[in-house]
Amino acid sequence: MAERSFKKEVQQLKIGAGEEFRGEGILAITKALLESGVGYVGGYQGAPISHLMDVLADAQEILGELGVRYEANATEASAAAMLAASVHYPIRGAVAFKSTVGTNVASDALANLASGGVTGGALVIVGEDYGEGSSIMQERSHAFAMKSQIWLLDPRPNLPSLVKAVQDGFELSEASNTPVMLEVRIRACHVHGVFTAKDNKAPPLTVRDALKNPQRKTDRIVLPPAAFTHEQEKVKTRWPAAVNFIRDHKLNEMFGPKTGKTGIILQGGMYNTVIRALQRLGLANVHGDSAIPLYVLNVTYPLIDSEFLEFCEGKESVLLVEEGQPNYIEQAFGAMLYKARHKVSLSGKDYLPPAGEYTGAVMVDGITNFLRDADPAMLPARHRAPNKPVEDKTFDDLVKTVPARPPGFCTGCPERPIFAAMKLVEQETGPHQIAADIGCHLFSIMPPFEIGGTTMGFGLGPASNGAFDGGGDKRAISIIGDGGFWHNGLTSSIGNAVYNKSDNVIMIVDNYYSAATGGQDILSSRADNPTKSTQHPIADALKGVGVKWVRQIDRTYDVTKVRDTLKEALTTTETGPKVIVASSECMLNKQRRERPIQAKAIGDGKRVVKPRFGVDEDVCTGDHACMRLSGCPSLGMKSLEDPLRDDPVASIDESCVGCGNCGEVADAAVLCPSFYRADIVHNSGRFERAMARFSQRIIGALQNRRAKNRLTFGEAA
Amino acid sequence: MSSSENTFQAVAGQDQTKNIIKLAILAVGGQGGGVLSDWIVDVAERNGYHAQATSVPGVAQRTGATIYYVEMMAASDRDPVFALMPAPGDVDILIAAEIMEAGRAINRGLVTADRTTLISSSHRMFAVSEKIVPGDGRADSAVVLAAGQEAAKSFICFAMDKIATETKSHISSCLLGALAGSGALPFPAESYRETIRASGRGVSASLKAFDRALDQAKTQEPAQNTDQIAPTDSITVPTDLAGPKVLVGKYNSLVKRIQSLPQPAQEIAARGLNKVIDFQDLAYGGEYLDQLEKAAIADQQAGGEAQHFRYTKELAKYLANAMAYDDVIRVADLKTRGTRFQRVRREMDVDAETVMQITEFMHPRATEFCGLMPHRIGRFVESRPKLVRLLDRMVNRGRRVRTDAILPFLSLYLVSGLRRWRRALLRHHIERAHWLEWQARAQKALTTDYALAVEIVLCRRLIKGYSDTHIRGLSKFDRVLAGGDLVAGRSDAADWLRRLREAALLDEKGEALDGALATIHSFIDDTPKAASA
Repeated sequence: MAERSFKKEVQQLKIGAGEEFRGEGILAITKALLESGVGYVGGYQGAPISHLMDVLADAQEILGELGVRYEANATEASAAAMLAASVHYPIRGAVAFKSTVGTNVASDALANLASGGVTGGALVIVGEDYGEGSSIMQERSHAFAMKSQIWLLDPRPNLPSLVKAVQDGFELSEASNTPVMLEVRIRACHVHGVFTAKDNKAPPLTVRDALKNPQRKTDRIVLPPAAFTHEQEKVKTRWPAAVNFIRDHKLNEMFGPKTGKTGIILQGGMYNTVIRALQRLGLANVHGDSAIPLYVLNVTYPLIDSEFLEFCEGKESVLLVEEGQPNYIEQAFGAMLYKARHKVSLSGKDYLPPAGEYTGAVMVDGITNFLRDADPAMLPARHRAPNKPVEDKTFDDLVKTVPARPPGFCTGCPERPIFAAMKLVEQETGPHQIAADIGCHLFSIMPPFEIGGTTMGFGLGPASNGAFDGGGDKRAISIIGDGGFWHNGLTSSIGNAVYNKSDNVIMIVDNYYSAATGGQDILSSRADNPTKSTQHPIADALKGVGVKWVRQIDRTYDVTKVRDTLKEALTTTETGPKVIVASSECMLNKQRRERPIQAKAIGDGKRVVKPRFGVDEDVCTGDHACMRLSGCPSLGMKSLEDPLRDDPVASIDESCVGCGNCGEVADAAVLCPSFYRADIVHNSGRFERAMARFSQRIIGALQNRRAKNRLTFGEAA
Repeated sequence: MSSSENTFQAVAGQDQTKNIIKLAILAVGGQGGGVLSDWIVDVAERNGYHAQATSVPGVAQRTGATIYYVEMMAASDRDPVFALMPAPGDVDILIAAEIMEAGRAINRGLVTADRTTLISSSHRMFAVSEKIVPGDGRADSAVVLAAGQEAAKSFICFAMDKIATETKSHISSCLLGALAGSGALPFPAESYRETIRASGRGVSASLKAFDRALDQAKTQEPAQNTDQIAPTDSITVPTDLAGPKVLVGKYNSLVKRIQSLPQPAQEIAARGLNKVIDFQDLAYGGEYLDQLEKAAIADQQAGGEAQHFRYTKELAKYLANAMAYDDVIRVADLKTRGTRFQRVRREMDVDAETVMQITEFMHPRATEFCGLMPHRIGRFVESRPKLVRLLDRMVNRGRRVRTDAILPFLSLYLVSGLRRWRRALLRHHIERAHWLEWQARAQKALTTDYALAVEIVLCRRLIKGYSDTHIRGLSKFDRVLAGGDLVAGRSDAADWLRRLREAALLDEKGEALDGALATIHSFIDDTPKAASA
């Protein structure tokens, strides 16, 4: 059960030839897979391709009808390995994951797949998480394509082009017996657009049928001497086959005039940004008709020498728009020109920045500067882009004023109390060596918690404390989420710690889902999943690999308990790794699941208790100690209309979900008595109401008695 | 390679995208920026426009700043090529779901006076960096409001969160309404409503919010900065006084005494008087005024006239706070009042009939219990660590008190009843000694350095909070004043004390304060005269 339901989008996957598909790029790709007669699909969630996995998960009925197998792979490595089905069998397979992080994990399987080659089309859809909004290290998938010799598609970011790329990708893969990578950037994945659909195609050979007559060819298996043959095949047969296919089927595109003084060569993914720059410079119209010749590389690996040299023919200089570094394509083109003794001057990262996202502003500047030197006639007399902010005004005090707003824990997040407890422990025992992992819990590195010093990869938190396994004055602590745990943490981190007799402490943050990627189910999810096997406790797995000291906490909001358990883990004489499993459901998913149920229950007149927290503003002294242990979005501040008070007091808005963290922290940290929890009882029973009225009367009487004998100043005092 | 024959004759320097409407949305993850951009695309398509929306949510969805981008153009036989991201100086409409996000947009150059309609809600969602400051770390919305007026072609800004709450809807509906009201898009309001209806969820609430925001956007009065403290003089002392005639009479005679105080201090003194009476009793109010009158005389002698009697005024404020210290009795008193129960129901938005349980989170320790003892016994206990540890073991634990139930309420009610004997209790003796010493220190300075005296009074602001926070506050207070002693006698002593106090309010551990103190030492230590002062 993902954070978002795609039932509506899934209906669009059914539409047939001639009908109009409307939606996100990533959904268009999903539809294209079905139109291409794919036999099996899989992958691992992660922005920007989570939606693809979620849609497939919600679309299993349709997939079933077509005889398409959907596997929610445990890791990107499992996903890539699954493509083995296309090695001996003529079945099309596709897997998707976030790149480059996912590609890093998958590279072992990808390299083996690429060596033996494929019979059925094998498509690897990589969501290139690069530039604004990215959550990972800034690298290029291009390197993986080159090192394993996998062809790399980088289509123009509009729905028809993405759909075509999927179909081309399968054909190219089959024509050259080579797996193909389809690179889609984050904005292309989320772009809303339209394309005309085709009918879905059932795979000619389903994976089920394939099992009837198993096949094997020893020469496809990566082992000497075959492995040496594979390398020769790559350059002698597969490469030429790919080059011919790409050229003959015109996968790359040319726009604008045939000839010209200059030309621009660009990755397909850069098309819209380049066109926008040309439009603003008066060198292209709204429909993309260009005054400058454009050579669009929808395939960025392999490059087609003949096409490139043909494009350069008769031009004085060409500009290459290649996002990211190193500038692999520029280097390759440079070599081609040198070998061809060509006189055209090739520019690229000399006019465009050597690193970083190529945004609209960057592109306008880059192309302007290039043309200023290469073909000034193309520019207005002013020699500058007219649309740059007319008055390039900056507001200095505003720059100082606006606070940074990095992502953080959601309202009511069950991970917040865990790190509040950790911070309390560190206040007592001083700082520890703490290694973080990948997942929502990585937000702990930022204020107010500032816990965790490194993040080495998914499921590798505890492993990244390996050097400290020998122990010392203070035990090292590592954090890992349930997602990372099942991704590969069980072996790479836990198994590693057990085997090496680690003395360290491991905190497993279990929120019932792969939460950061959108709340997909995993092995230890508590939900009943009709098509997947869930409810496998993490604690059992830990004991299974030999962890002796395991503590299961079933309510992370119990800050005192988490704190004391962590202190015990840091001090116990027990040998081997000390593992704490802190479990509470991701609040985002819990709310999504329970809100409608609750609303219905209230509607049906059932008794429902809704908790919410509040702050007594006259008790709160505005020291904000609670916020330094929370950072919850619903815990804000407000000014009192009282000139006797200097600082804003804490205040909780209606978005509070009553998770309990505020009260628990106030208690555990002995903060202040300002917090209260109000439990509002909907559809309370008659007896309950009577009791409430009774105590209200007594309490009211006592309050009046006191009020009568003293001066009261209303609420203002 | 495939090639399209369509070419274009260059018109150097003439922007070809004039007919494309470019709209960017800056929101905070969880505010529904995605819903809003979907709605806008739907409205555009309803009106026969080509529209393209894209975004880079990723983890930013988790409460971080996030951006959505929409381009649209009247449909023609051929599709336009739209951009995937906003470019500085090339945005027609900028929608910010929170005022600081509007500021962020301006900083990113996405708002320009030649073309951009800036639509923003004026409310604040505080960033963590603002909330964790022990003092007041809030960014000033006024700066954004001023910049917005200057940076944008037109600036529509009002409290949309208020509308959202009142209509039980979401900020996204209000922003859509404001967009419709701004007239920045060539679409009739009804087509927006159709879009909302088609969305199918919470339609009636969304429509209410939409229409109210639409009207307010049309009748746009200049954005007001809602969140800052109103200036002192604009506030009048509350008059809803109630109580037995005798007490009211005595109260009025106390109020008369305020007239004799320097005029600038009177309003604050009146409020302070209410505060200390509310804390204890009328006699306590008398004690408060006695001290103020003494201070006023000293102020007069020190030439306070010229200083608008700042000394007396600030003392009136901080003495009231010092005398109304946060002890167990006060907390119990505030928590058990009828007015408080009403306020909770109001804040939780529940009527008097609905059953509501209230749980308080108390965590008393030995210190608080000793504070409740008659001061001699209290001191006796406190001077015996073993005894304190024993007591602590007995009492130190979190207590959840259900103040809506009779017995737990009664227990707090009785504690608040200890008010009668408060003057005899240890905590009172400690606090009293502290504020007397503090005043003495200030008055001593008054004779030589007026500004310094005022600054010493202001340092009282550092003491707030409970338990550890309170202790930390006290130690900051002491360290700041000690730092003040180091520079006493210098012409810039007051200025230094202010710097120290402000530094102390910057972070919890007091690192900024340590820095400031180090600076003082750096220039004190090599001048023995000042150091010995």
